[in-house]
Amino acid sequence: MRSPRDFPWRTWASQVRTIVGIEARAALGGRSLVLLLLASLPVLLLGARALFGHGRTPAQIPEDEVIFAVLYRTLVLRLVVFFGCVVVFTRLFRGEVLDKSLHYYFLAPVRRGVLVTGKYLSGLLTALVLFVPVTAVSWLLLYVPLGAHELVTRVTSGQGIRHLLAYCTVTALACIGYGAVFTLSGAALRNPIVPAVGILVWESLNALLPPLLKKISVIYYLESLCPVPLPIERIAILATPSSPAVAVPGILALAAALLVATSYVVRRMEILYGTE
Amino acid sequence: MSPGIVLEGVSKFYGEVLGINRVNLAIEPGITSLVGPNGSGKTTLMNVVTGLLRPTRGSVRVLGIPTDRPEELFRHVGYSTQFDGFPRGATGLSFVESFLRLHGHDAKRAREMALHAIGRVGLHEAARRRIAGYSKGMRQRIKIAQAIAHEPKVLVLDEPLNGLDPMARSETIALLEQMTAAGATVILSSHILHEVDLVSDRVVLFHHGYVVAEGDIQGVRGEMDEHPMQILIRCESPALLASKVFELDSVVEVTLNTDNRGLLLRTRDAEKFYALLSRLVLELDLGLELVTPADDDVASVYRYLIGGGGSTS
Repeated sequence: MRSPRDFPWRTWASQVRTIVGIEARAALGGRSLVLLLLASLPVLLLGARALFGHGRTPAQIPEDEVIFAVLYRTLVLRLVVFFGCVVVFTRLFRGEVLDKSLHYYFLAPVRRGVLVTGKYLSGLLTALVLFVPVTAVSWLLLYVPLGAHELVTRVTSGQGIRHLLAYCTVTALACIGYGAVFTLSGAALRNPIVPAVGILVWESLNALLPPLLKKISVIYYLESLCPVPLPIERIAILATPSSPAVAVPGILALAAALLVATSYVVRRMEILYGTE
Repeated sequence: MSPGIVLEGVSKFYGEVLGINRVNLAIEPGITSLVGPNGSGKTTLMNVVTGLLRPTRGSVRVLGIPTDRPEELFRHVGYSTQFDGFPRGATGLSFVESFLRLHGHDAKRAREMALHAIGRVGLHEAARRRIAGYSKGMRQRIKIAQAIAHEPKVLVLDEPLNGLDPMARSETIALLEQMTAAGATVILSSHILHEVDLVSDRVVLFHHGYVVAEGDIQGVRGEMDEHPMQILIRCESPALLASKVFELDSVVEVTLNTDNRGLLLRTRDAEKFYALLSRLVLELDLGLELVTPADDDVASVYRYLIGGGGSTS
């Protein structure tokens, strides 16, 4: 049996870097406008509120936190990040099949598992670069109506910066988890939009699902990590939130398992553009 | 010399549709051309040889490497496909260069090798332009540049002369000859049969997914007993020659040219005829100018075996 030292890690790392570079160039064309429009939604919404919502007081901060908690879970997580990941990650393989250019990777001296890793990391980089700043800017815009002094206090205070980091971390984990889901569906299925809609419905119904079923989702673990609880929990079926010690490794393990499955699918993939 | 590519009992079905069936081939260094009508299995064979398709049955090895190990296989193999897609936003140079980076070359070396390959296909001046703006012939050439950039030992080219102007065609043919002179194994498909004739050391004829003939074209032609060999002779006394050649039972037909300066004969045994002709040249004053086989080219073999007018498309 080969030990890890026997594997050409340096070659694989170099190939992953090259694939990320090639993919980054491709990501700048085509659908980047759709992504930018999607990503700008929460910024535009909270930007409008910042422009016209003067007169907020520090006493209203708990109310603002709940507003952001609702907005973050519905608009940012379920719409922007979810559909952003659909666009970014399904095109990694499916887009190249439709462009009839996937075979160039298959004709290079690259293991299919390395190809999957490189493509996934390139997608993840795109998603993180887009959606983590969107999360941070949206959160900052929430406190603009309080005035510059309160905004600086909020950002530099212990609780404020903890909330900001928590939301950014949840966004990053959402990109990691949903990214892996849609990388697999883009590689395995001819029409990855159908499962994407199915997953969206499942994730959206999560609040109404029994506790056991809640746990078979990504959103349950993401919401467990959000710093401010939702008022909707009064009408939802309650389940104990997952602890960060379970939620974070859980999402990472799920992503790893899905990438292993994607590697298996891509290893067995054939180039049959004519039938697409 | 050991074969570069070995296929043993290889079949490929697309669901219930036959791609290729029970193909056994050992392809040696030199240029081997795949010839056959559209849908006869040429591209399927190339895709199977390069691992883009998995055979339904049988095994394929290229330089002893199974085709499901791309990390080893494509250090030695280059493939220019018929697919006309390219990575989005790529220039000719970035396209070739980035795939050389996947081979593990550093940026400087990859740039040098990419420019060298692009120069070999005559695209140096267009190297920094986007491929999306290339003509069909330029796209064809940049694909060939990508396939040869890493100096492969095995080169597979699907219709490489398609879309090329006559100058680019002859340059591409010269390039393939250079590569085979250096010991490479080249497989190509082409529907331009006279060019196949010019460049090929061997041909493999496909029909409905089956290999119907393989080998050097004269050898294949020689084995086709049901079609007597045609030989064209230009001489001053064609009638005299015609009266003598029927000494051989194997000569089945002689047609005198209307200009009375030659004849076309058909024989089932060309070797015997050539021996007789050598004797007649010594005995008679034939004024012999030219003796040449008239139907041992790819187009004729193709017409006899597969039918049609000698065109594969």
